[in-house]
Amino acid sequence: MTSITANAMRPPHPAERGIDAYNTKLGMWVFLASEVMFFTALIGTYIVLRFGAPGPWPAPGVVLSIPITAFNTFLLICSSVSMVKAFASAADGDIGKLKFWMLLTIIGGAMFVGIQGFEYHHLIERGLLPSGVREGSELAALVASGKLPAATMGLYGSTFYTMTGFHGFHVTCGVVSMIYLYVTKVLRGKYSQADHGGVEVVGLYWHFVDLVWIILFTIVYLI
Amino acid sequence: MDTAHRQHPPYIRIWIYLALLTAAELLLAFKLPIPPNIKLILLLGTAVWKALLVALFFMHLKSEKWNLRILAMVPLPLAAILVCAVITEKIW
Repeated sequence: MTSITANAMRPPHPAERGIDAYNTKLGMWVFLASEVMFFTALIGTYIVLRFGAPGPWPAPGVVLSIPITAFNTFLLICSSVSMVKAFASAADGDIGKLKFWMLLTIIGGAMFVGIQGFEYHHLIERGLLPSGVREGSELAALVASGKLPAATMGLYGSTFYTMTGFHGFHVTCGVVSMIYLYVTKVLRGKYSQADHGGVEVVGLYWHFVDLVWIILFTIVYLI
Repeated sequence: MDTAHRQHPPYIRIWIYLALLTAAELLLAFKLPIPPNIKLILLLGTAVWKALLVALFFMHLKSEKWNLRILAMVPLPLAAILVCAVITEKIW
């Protein structure tokens, strides 16, 4: 009886090829699809709040430091390239290069998070809080002199910290995942030309994080 | 997983494109005297162009099979509907 049931449950022969992606890769793509909706919700909310705001929005470059963030954007793009080079090295069976490029990606990602932390520290020092502008701060003086709009600073602060904060959290998760993979798999020589799925899957996540930042950088910092 | 030694996309060339497009974005936003609406369209267009380069070449969607590409594209119309719905909220 058991063997009959087992036979009935077997896939038809020849087995359908389906989506032709191994399980973890397919799972990552489904997860990334849900992440698209998550970030769309954030960006959609930002658009509604910005265009429905009770006053003008602060001009680009007045509150946020563009040179620092432009450098950070370039850094994330570089780390995306090093990640894809790590994948290509693994696919070519060059494990030495895989170790080098993956380490470079981890350093790039960690630097991005560090610079974002520095940016937050600098902004809080200048007086930008999620609730608006801190009294007696440099930005409060700009609001008082009319160079920054008083009515929208609360919305500006909350949307800025929410969007960049969630992205920063994603980058941090990516760095932690890569460190885990690097220590437990890459350094121990567990990847080969035939089996390097983990590098591809974590790479997909990393490129997605880069892609989201490309959109956020334009919307939050340049427009 | 495809284990054959395959031809990789030109990653360094894509990286240079991305760096140049980022520089172009900064020029557009702060240096070039362009009307705000045109600037907005150009900046969003450049951002989408950069995002497409990352998706197609770094995430390998260009070389993936169609069924996986469709899986990746499924949330895009849903995202567009969500954004359009919240933007046009005032109308209806």
